[in-house]
Amino acid sequence: MDQKIEIKDLDLFYGSFQALKAVSMPVYDRQITALIGPSGCGKSTLLRCLNRMNDLISEVRITGRALLDGVNIYDRSTDVEGLRKRVGMVFQRPNPFPLPIYENVVYGLRVAGENDKKTLDQTAEKSLKAAWLWDQLKDKLHQPAISLPLDQQQRLCLARLLAVEPEVILMDEPCSSLDPIATAKVEELMLELKKDYTIVIVTHNMQQAARVSDFSGYMLLGEMIEFGETKTLFTNPSQKLTEDYITGRFG
Amino acid sequence: MPVTSEKIMQRLLLAVAFSALSALLLIAVFIISQGLPFIFRYGFREFLFSSQWNPQAGKFGIFPMVVSTLWVTLGAMAIGAPLGVAGAVFLTEFVPRTVMRIIKPSIELLAGIPSVVYGFIGVMVLAPLIRDHLGGPGLSLLAGSIILGIMILPTIISISIDSIMAVPKSYREGSLALGATVWQTVRMVTLPAARSGIAASIILAMGRAVGETMAVIMVTGNSVKIPGSALEPVRTLTANIALEMGYATGMHRQALFATGVVLFVVIMILNFSASYVMRQRKARR
Repeated sequence: MDQKIEIKDLDLFYGSFQALKAVSMPVYDRQITALIGPSGCGKSTLLRCLNRMNDLISEVRITGRALLDGVNIYDRSTDVEGLRKRVGMVFQRPNPFPLPIYENVVYGLRVAGENDKKTLDQTAEKSLKAAWLWDQLKDKLHQPAISLPLDQQQRLCLARLLAVEPEVILMDEPCSSLDPIATAKVEELMLELKKDYTIVIVTHNMQQAARVSDFSGYMLLGEMIEFGETKTLFTNPSQKLTEDYITGRFG
Repeated sequence: MPVTSEKIMQRLLLAVAFSALSALLLIAVFIISQGLPFIFRYGFREFLFSSQWNPQAGKFGIFPMVVSTLWVTLGAMAIGAPLGVAGAVFLTEFVPRTVMRIIKPSIELLAGIPSVVYGFIGVMVLAPLIRDHLGGPGLSLLAGSIILGIMILPTIISISIDSIMAVPKSYREGSLALGATVWQTVRMVTLPAARSGIAASIILAMGRAVGETMAVIMVTGNSVKIPGSALEPVRTLTANIALEMGYATGMHRQALFATGVVLFVVIMILNFSASYVMRQRKARR
């Protein structure tokens, strides 16, 4: 299995507080990698390191490396906008723009300078189909996205991301505002997307990690306690701390 | 005992609150009672749309002042609105929050400078510059527009900043995460989402510009005529009242009050539409 991303000794400080401590882990190509751990353990922070969303927060300092296809994304020469096109992100709360559905989906293309109506139409259809939204939404593409139910909003955010054809999809607790049925649908969709995309998901929900992921990392207080195949990690963890967490004794 | 003092305080505060409201009512009633009968007697069309303003001859057409007010205000908006909105965008999106926290209050200080000081700077600095480099007497429509354009900056910048900051952070994050630059995000997501607040700031600023008197009197030259170019002197509605109220009697005095009615109505309309636009935004959320 190829490594899509390799994180090496990554430290992250918010001012003087160290939120990530020498984290190292692989992310395998076209696999689903889950980050689990209690609130505040740094899993979302780690996820946001992978497309440099932490750059938006002032007073963040990062040392160490994160290699995407062997190239350090924290090099000074990195094109951050280009990186974010390759490593896209779905957020905890669905955050469609206050624009029509269609404009949401083609946003990434417009940003990249694509204005050809035919290309935009084709991409919109393809992306909405890939996010299982086309049949429900094809007749209301020009209605505001904000009026959709939450689960459709979240899958619209996914469609918006698929439109720019990223290589890696980061998901920050994508189901935390969805009901169980909508959650099941997103999980099913993730398994489908795995064929073409590398996915990293942060989740509070251990069952979810167990259901969808191939690899899991357990984090605690900014450290990567254990990383391995999900099967092994959930049935036969090598660390006492991991066992305490997944058996519910802690967290 | 505590119950009675509670009641007394309540009544007292009610009375205080109403005194502010009644001041507004009294002013409105006074202006309207003095001005409105004149408008009816003289003829609404004749008053608003005739170009003859000659109080000695009993001619009271305020059309040149209406046009001048319109031009000075539009000029001020053309200068102040782009500067103000651009400034607000810069301060919210392109500089660290700490810098904004220093600069925003300093900009708001601009609103505290007495308008006579603006007028003074206009007379001493701006008018000569215009006279030497562009021609005309210097005291002109253009000078008025520039001075007013600066005076309305704090209104536009501070309300625009508030409405841009009220745009959820998640919109920006979503846009940046798709590979958009900060400027693309501003243009395609943040500004459209904040547009009602920005529109409200511009309308409120327009109200200020229409109503400003002192600075305008000092820099616009005050001739009663429809301006042929931006370099000619003009007289606004507010300037007309302030300049002539001191010696006006009879019909003349009433005509000035009637001018006040016109201003009052215009500013009321502007303020109401500003709060209407703001409410629209809240209703959408």
